[in-house]
Amino acid sequence: MTKKIVIDPVTRIEGHAKISIYLNDAGEVDDARFHVVEYRGFEKFCEGRPFTEMAGITARICGICPVSHLLAAAKTGDKILAVKIPPAAEKLRRLMNLGQITQSHALSFFHLSSPDWLLGWDSDPAKRNVFGLIAADPDLARAGIRLRQFGQTVIELLGAKKIHAAWAVPGGVRSPLSPGGVAWIRDRLPESRATVKMALDLFKNLMESLTTEIEQFGHFPSLFMGLVGKNGLWEHYGGQIRFSDSEGNILADGLSEDDYQDYLGEAVEKWSYLKFPYYKPLGYPDGIYRVGPLARVNICSHFGTPEADKELQEFRQRAGGVATSSFFYHYARLLEILAALERIEQLIDDPDITSQRVRANAGINQLEGIGVSEAPRGTLFHHYKVDENGLIQKVNLIIATGQNNLAMNKTVAQIAKHYIQGTEVTEGMLNRVEAGIRAFDPCLSCSTHAAGQMPLHVQLWGADGSILNEVYRN
Amino acid sequence: MSVRTLTINNIPVAIEEGATILEAAKEAGVTIPTLCHLEGVSDVGACRLCLVEVENINKLLPACVTQVTEEMVVHTNTPKLQEYRRMAVELIFAEGNHVCAICVANGNCELQDAAIQVGMDHTRFPYRFPDRHVDVSHSQFGIDHNRCILCTRCIRVCNEIEGAHVWDVAQRGENCYIASGLSQPWGEVEACTSCGKCVDACPTGAIFRKGTTSAEKQRDRAKLEFVVNAREKQEWTR
Repeated sequence: MTKKIVIDPVTRIEGHAKISIYLNDAGEVDDARFHVVEYRGFEKFCEGRPFTEMAGITARICGICPVSHLLAAAKTGDKILAVKIPPAAEKLRRLMNLGQITQSHALSFFHLSSPDWLLGWDSDPAKRNVFGLIAADPDLARAGIRLRQFGQTVIELLGAKKIHAAWAVPGGVRSPLSPGGVAWIRDRLPESRATVKMALDLFKNLMESLTTEIEQFGHFPSLFMGLVGKNGLWEHYGGQIRFSDSEGNILADGLSEDDYQDYLGEAVEKWSYLKFPYYKPLGYPDGIYRVGPLARVNICSHFGTPEADKELQEFRQRAGGVATSSFFYHYARLLEILAALERIEQLIDDPDITSQRVRANAGINQLEGIGVSEAPRGTLFHHYKVDENGLIQKVNLIIATGQNNLAMNKTVAQIAKHYIQGTEVTEGMLNRVEAGIRAFDPCLSCSTHAAGQMPLHVQLWGADGSILNEVYRN
Repeated sequence: MSVRTLTINNIPVAIEEGATILEAAKEAGVTIPTLCHLEGVSDVGACRLCLVEVENINKLLPACVTQVTEEMVVHTNTPKLQEYRRMAVELIFAEGNHVCAICVANGNCELQDAAIQVGMDHTRFPYRFPDRHVDVSHSQFGIDHNRCILCTRCIRVCNEIEGAHVWDVAQRGENCYIASGLSQPWGEVEACTSCGKCVDACPTGAIFRKGTTSAEKQRDRAKLEFVVNAREKQEWTR
């Protein structure tokens, strides 16, 4: 008899989701699905609003990575104004995004995911969280929390608020960094760099004990997509889109966000509110691609900063070239924090960063604009159509987590197949399935464009549709 | 000119005949919450925030349009008034679509200030979520009817100070809205001199400069007083 196991909701992710695992007559996992059960409707209720409000509105999609929407919206606004923003404004936007990458990745690594491998996959779920980590290793927990604080404070120093700072605007930004802000960042950089290096050492040492996870957590070939700069430089704000495969071959390069509809398709499944983007030339679902830290680290040729480049070389050695296991997302996140910190160090030495010329003014010069930016979780597209007065007529948002949807489903299926056999399902097994999702650090609030809660519910479904077994975790 | 004597919250006040209770309260150093009142233009009693109790009068009176009388005994902050004021502010919030988080006037909004002043932490009335529109047809300014509280300051400042009379109230009851010209898009109203006084007069983010984003609206309220003094008293300094 075929059966179905449901994990609902998935914990320690941003948002609300459930996982269904289907067992065949032999009790083996047949398939698994990652359902996103939030619906928000931002694309609809933005219609009729002035495009200048889009940065403020869309930033409210998420409390973890509001900066991503802020930047994508501001870049889309630049296109509608048809302006090239002042150089200082671009550098300041970059600085804020680097602050965000640091804080968001620190949150994912230390607060959300590290309890799994530091406290144990099968440890008491009541303690397998950041509070358990604080009890077990207070120094590590404190360092992680302070690293996140560093990133958040960079955002606050620029936008006056840690969360939802409506600071990037069409045409540039509202204000430069103050000399006091530069001094604060400079003062805290060494500690932040030491924390990420400590985390890298810790993770690399742990990798030997995590070979099964590396092998089973979403280890499959797929395409990778992201922005790259000149000569394949790691990019997070500008540059152009690149697709490469698991062998490192570049399938498409120099793609403009303006043409995203030519190369990105969006499929819809009845069982999820999250769309399934795919690489159009390969069709659905063969056009599966991954975005985010792993993709960015795989597609780039170099970081362009010494420490991060050294770590990248080691990363590629350990991964055997292109990293195809989704477990490497965690590793890639640490590399990106290091690169972000090095770039922040460079940026605060740039005199432009305190320049007062930060905003270009213009009227409505284009009725359509597409903006792109690298959110911590991957490439984010905003696409607006406006009327002659700048009122929004149509909005399409392609969110990073959405683009990992196919890969997350495949990851869940792979982990379930390896760890779950028969009707006896332990909490530790389910935690591994969830951890597969956590590797992607999905933000479901963003990707469905609701407030989510995150306890856990497991159901075993028989072929006749009856529930054979149920486990709750609140 | 004869003088009237009265008490406001037991404070004795002497003020010229014809003055309003609001003016007398100011004289006595008593603050009465207001929203539709604006120095330099006439009062209309639209918002009902300045309601006061007057002994021996069996109804609440708007301080901004009620003239003082001899030996009047006024109370401005009784529990009954506090309750009514809060209710008035709650109704204003429930009536329109006030989303502070993304509003141009966030942090610099008189409706927000009024809510804090009257202790409104939530509204007990269901939100109406009316279907209102935004008019950004003017080259410099925009009006978002979602944020309009129908205080009519824009109408009065445009008519009484600028003399252009671009604005009026259209429709009745819950369908009321501020209309530009003959209910045309603002950008098509020839009478508009683009002076921007309505932007400075608007207590919320309803009328704004185009291009301003969340919490960016700044008002030059002193400009209105300056213009009135310049015109009426020939005083040209601020």
